[in-house]
Amino acid sequence: MNVAESFRDPALCKGLLERLHSELDQPLRFMEVCGTHTVAIFQSGLRPLLPEGITHLSGPGCPVCVTHESEVAAFLDLAGRDDVILATFGDLMRVPGPKGRNLKLAKAEGARIEIVYSPIDALQLAIKNPGDTVVFLGVGFETTAPTIAGTVLMAKQQGLNNFKVLSFHKLVPPALKVLLDDPECAIDSFLLPGHVSTILGLEPYQFVAQNYKTPGVITGFDPVDILESLLIMVEQRKKEDYSIVNQYKRAVSDSGNARAREVMFSVFETADALWRGVGCIPESGLVFRDEFSNFDALKALDITVTEAPPTPGCKCGEVLKGKMQPGDCPLFGKGCTPAKPVGPCMVSTEGSCAAYYKYSV
Amino acid sequence: MSKATLAEQTLLLDHGSGGQASNRLIGSLFFKYFDNPILNAMNDAARLEIVGPLSMSTDSYTVDPIFFPGGDIGTLAVHGTVNDVAMMGARPKYLSCGFILEEGLPMETLERIVASMANAANEAGVTIVTGDTKVVPRGAVDKVFINTTGIGEIFASPAPTGSSAQPGDAVLVSGTMGDHGLTVLSGREGLNFATDIKSDSAPLNHMVEALISQIGDIHVLRDPTRGGLATTLNEIAGQSGVCINLREGDVPVRESVRNGCSFLGLDPLYLANEGKLICILPQEKAQAALELMRSMPYGADAAQVGTVRNGDDGPGKAGQVVLETPLGGHRLLAMLEGEQLPRIC
Repeated sequence: MNVAESFRDPALCKGLLERLHSELDQPLRFMEVCGTHTVAIFQSGLRPLLPEGITHLSGPGCPVCVTHESEVAAFLDLAGRDDVILATFGDLMRVPGPKGRNLKLAKAEGARIEIVYSPIDALQLAIKNPGDTVVFLGVGFETTAPTIAGTVLMAKQQGLNNFKVLSFHKLVPPALKVLLDDPECAIDSFLLPGHVSTILGLEPYQFVAQNYKTPGVITGFDPVDILESLLIMVEQRKKEDYSIVNQYKRAVSDSGNARAREVMFSVFETADALWRGVGCIPESGLVFRDEFSNFDALKALDITVTEAPPTPGCKCGEVLKGKMQPGDCPLFGKGCTPAKPVGPCMVSTEGSCAAYYKYSV
Repeated sequence: MSKATLAEQTLLLDHGSGGQASNRLIGSLFFKYFDNPILNAMNDAARLEIVGPLSMSTDSYTVDPIFFPGGDIGTLAVHGTVNDVAMMGARPKYLSCGFILEEGLPMETLERIVASMANAANEAGVTIVTGDTKVVPRGAVDKVFINTTGIGEIFASPAPTGSSAQPGDAVLVSGTMGDHGLTVLSGREGLNFATDIKSDSAPLNHMVEALISQIGDIHVLRDPTRGGLATTLNEIAGQSGVCINLREGDVPVRESVRNGCSFLGLDPLYLANEGKLICILPQEKAQAALELMRSMPYGADAAQVGTVRNGDDGPGKAGQVVLETPLGGHRLLAMLEGEQLPRIC
């Protein structure tokens, strides 16, 4: 068994599950902040094996899910311009905007949209198409923002004028504060995102334990990681001794990646941002610093983001905040399915509604 | 074609005109490689010696890139249709072949593809008896599209069908899953994985013939092409009105494919295969079928991956595929919605 396999070892998991069953002495509502954790829990088949007293809630950590309707509308407006090539990660293609339109439909109608695997690919696209403006859709959290910032620095070095980024990045810690301030959320503990934490480290989450007396565990994506983290949460609640623990030490340094943060904040600065289903969260987004405004698609292409009304009937906001389980939404599985998603939680491969719909037996 | 003039080294609209240029192309290329008496007779249609019941299938091939590790669009066009015909418990005998070609295609590229097709047909033991060539203006197609139609004699009785899976049956696969899909995807996107990933494109008709004649009582045969194992098993579960229990830990997947999928956020169970089959048959025959497949050129990694059961006999219901994870948990393995796309993080 190699190292990677050992984190999925059935015998090890069985032991951890037995411990979890015997040590859980009070109900535990934990939120997996990150969509990849939601999917990992389903995919590994852990969900039906957990003790009944454990309720897991899906959080606002799927970047596709929290991209606001008005931001999707801005993508679609851009996709209609003759001189623009949109470059995007694949999972934004099916996100519904106003009136159910999405980038897939825009592409079928003739919009020039390229699915890329990294922002560097988008930069290459700009180099190859000097007569067009290539706009990279900057959606994501702290995980992707530094790479995108680094790409902007490269574009600046190369004097590229036809590469722009539409920055709708979001930051995770401010969203956690909103959840903790809302008494209806009633979250006992957080499974903190592994990928985002490789950049952030422990420090930005400390307020969760210190100010709100809530445990938080930075976790990997294998069953052993998740089970070990649940045991840490149970133990902390038993002892009423709350802290942020880094369970994912093989990938996450306690201090995060200082260089990545430096790059990110050399290009971007924080600003208020709109989150789908949640609304405006102060200082939770990243916008271009003035000296990089030449790369800011919003300014360079004169795009105005006007707040679109929420989609009628869609309860994705309640689901993202852990106030509602996907199956309790009146649209779930009826008016809203992966084939015809109404809300973003159903469209994203990492969305909680899509995960419940796809994986629940 | 080494003595060709410069103009003859590139495909022109003239080559699809039906005139002299077409005749030269057909004579120097298609007849040279596909050489057989039925084609050479040059009639409007092929005269075939064949008896029923028959299995017939058609498919169009538009793969990008047209050349990839382990095969090319030509091998796919033969293997894909041969395998579809064979999965009905048939011996594929004849193929038709229609080309839609883009003006400006290097003749050398076309020749490589035609030569691949001839080799693939030869290995499968099928004859390409009729064809068609169209050349369309540059940009109207992407280099080359190929349509093949295959016809074969069904020799299994009863013939395997997607609606014949029965509770208690074993679900076997003839080898590793996802090799073709990941190879083509990584080739298309220029990802250049430094690994041994290559397409599994292969003819499966000889394996089918051996399974039916030596093992018998084969209820279902399917090749899990687009949509992969997960989608094909869902189709079978729906057609047969049964629940299929798939044991994730038993599904053979190459480590390189698993790692590539993990990197891209893809699931190998949904990736296309072009040289693998699913065989569903009574459990008591499973071991013999596995041993037979493992003794054949394209079945070395054959494995039992699951069982068929009644819908009300455990988690899941009729028409569904339930995945049993190595931890002993269960989840639904649904049919793929849309295409798999790489994700943000």
